[in-house]
Amino acid sequence: MEHIRAHVLICAGTGCISSGSKRVQAALEKQLAELGLDKEVKVVETGCHGFCEMGPLVIIYPEGVFYVRVQEEDVKDIVEQHLYKGRVVERLLYKEPMSMERIPKYSDIDFYKKQMRLVLANCGHIDPEILEEYIAVGGYQALGKALTDMTPETVIAEMKTSGLRGRGGGGFPSGMKWEFTAKAKGDKKYVVCNADEGDPGAFMDRSVLEGDPHRVIEGMAICGYAIGADEGYVYVRAEYPLAIKRLRIAIKQAEEMGLLGDGILGSSFNFHIKIKEGAGAFVCGEETALLASIEGRRGMPRPRPPFPAISGLWGKPTNINNVETFANVPQIISQGGEWYASIGTERSKGTKVFALTGRINHTGLAEVPMGITMREIIFDIGGGIQNGKKFKAVQIGGPSGGCLPEELLDLSVDYDSLIQAGAMMGSGGLVVMDETTCMVDVAKFFLTFTTSESCGKCTPCREGTKRMLEILERITKGEGRIDDIALLEEMAKNIKASSLCGLGQTAPNPVLSTLKYFRHEYEAHIHDKRCPAGACADLASYQVTEACKGCGLCKKACPVDAISGELKGLHVIDQDVCIRCGACLAKCPFKAIIKG
Amino acid sequence: MKSLEDLKRLQQQVKAKTSLRHAAGTQVIVGMGTCGIAAGAREVMSAILNEIAKRNLEDVTVRQTGCIGMCEKEVLVDVVRVGQPRITYGRVTAENVPTIVAEHVVNGRIVEELVVAKIEE
Repeated sequence: MEHIRAHVLICAGTGCISSGSKRVQAALEKQLAELGLDKEVKVVETGCHGFCEMGPLVIIYPEGVFYVRVQEEDVKDIVEQHLYKGRVVERLLYKEPMSMERIPKYSDIDFYKKQMRLVLANCGHIDPEILEEYIAVGGYQALGKALTDMTPETVIAEMKTSGLRGRGGGGFPSGMKWEFTAKAKGDKKYVVCNADEGDPGAFMDRSVLEGDPHRVIEGMAICGYAIGADEGYVYVRAEYPLAIKRLRIAIKQAEEMGLLGDGILGSSFNFHIKIKEGAGAFVCGEETALLASIEGRRGMPRPRPPFPAISGLWGKPTNINNVETFANVPQIISQGGEWYASIGTERSKGTKVFALTGRINHTGLAEVPMGITMREIIFDIGGGIQNGKKFKAVQIGGPSGGCLPEELLDLSVDYDSLIQAGAMMGSGGLVVMDETTCMVDVAKFFLTFTTSESCGKCTPCREGTKRMLEILERITKGEGRIDDIALLEEMAKNIKASSLCGLGQTAPNPVLSTLKYFRHEYEAHIHDKRCPAGACADLASYQVTEACKGCGLCKKACPVDAISGELKGLHVIDQDVCIRCGACLAKCPFKAIIKG
Repeated sequence: MKSLEDLKRLQQQVKAKTSLRHAAGTQVIVGMGTCGIAAGAREVMSAILNEIAKRNLEDVTVRQTGCIGMCEKEVLVDVVRVGQPRITYGRVTAENVPTIVAEHVVNGRIVEELVVAKIEE
């Protein structure tokens, strides 16, 4: 037997794989074997570390040295310098964007310092395809504890004490939901895990399933025990092939070990999990539509009540929670509800995982305690805005959420204050926008999404969002009418009030929140036929300023010959001919062309 | 698995699989500067790994470090036991390794004749 002295962790999440982590891993294994180090150095494939922007990520233990953007050609240095001689390869270390300092240790990087990783604790630290790695860090102990030392009632009581609220967006108290299903009449009950995750910019559920699938399985099994169910479904969209693959492996391993199936851990509790692949329709994330889809019917919502807790899958009492909610369960059971409730704010307990995307330096996943401010997430963890641009807005909560302006950056991030500000937690997608983003265009983007994803069952959502989108399109083309804003507000109110499901009821939110905080941009489009951010192509105009040296580069770049002028003389753009492509602006070496 | 006890037992067995990532326990540090390597640090390190494997020691991490300036005394091997001063051994050869591991790493008795420095941390 050999002694392993170093672990090399390579991220094999979807993000890092797409930036080349598989090639790095192959090269690494080859090099280690060549130097005869393969017996003392272990290569471990892990799930997502969350620092996706910097991938492929490689961490070397016991030192905990963190290498970023590692390519195949860097492997030689890592093996020969670090693993053979113990010298850190400086050039591969993460560079702090403000101080430009190189930081060797994982735990010292700002991105991780302000985070509190509970749900993501194992993501990036264990191999998700090996059950023993999960067991080694305490996996399935909570399930064992529940089955051995607790009754279903005490499990539910613990969940209620924890104050955990649904992480899919609704924020309904989970313990209470479990209790409803437990008390519902029926000999057959189901547990359903919602892994449909359709919000633009959200990918935390995928990362948890890819990086720590056993944790979700364990959470579901504990739920099954608590509510009296012997069967569970994971509804996961087919666009997540890696998550599905790892989940399959995990279910099989758990069954072989007697941690799923009949008579779990010697008890009389039976629990089986099946995977249902969804086709990736946004509406199928809505619980009643999701259930219809599992049953093989078209994914369309139905009016509630009855709630799924009373009549769910095939008419049986069903408890539906989202991936992140289930992932929180094992530690609530092992460490206790009171411990969990000590984290977060008065009415929002625990942590929340956010997916940071958009014009932010550190795109990726961040798990933070509730009550942290938006500013801390975007600037301290997210590393601020790309290319030194100015922050403009953050879109939180996906299409159901809203855009918040700079003045609200110090807002505490919790369920209630977000709703109050006109946004919502949603599943936790955070899309950061800078000064070059047009807020009317953003509203249009989200409306385009909801319009094409509307299932069409109810008229307000099917027709209403379409009409709203037409108005927005008109405004961004410079054809807005004086009463358009009032019309948008009226339609928004009606659609919210009369749509059948949460999707339609929240579809106008991006319009309402941009109108609330960025009304002047709508007005500029309508009254002055001007896009203040310079983003709407139809409203942009390009002008040559006095800074022009007459080099003629713009003239050459213009595809429609709209620019005229003598060499060394001031050039002019013919606005009637110009197609507003911006090619001249990009070419000008003297910054003499401005966009307005 | 038939019970929570089985699960706990299995956890104990597989704990070492990830323990390296939550560093604790005794550390053995080998000087792997150019001088160290030239003096045979690689052989010493292999001997250490073999010895640890042979004795099936858990909670021992083996790390490398660069030159600390006592090139003349290479190969340098440091042993750090939790809560005790860091001991530096000099002119270590593969033959010395079983003694250092048996005496110091396992039993906590410093091998005085090989010591070149003690650092209180």
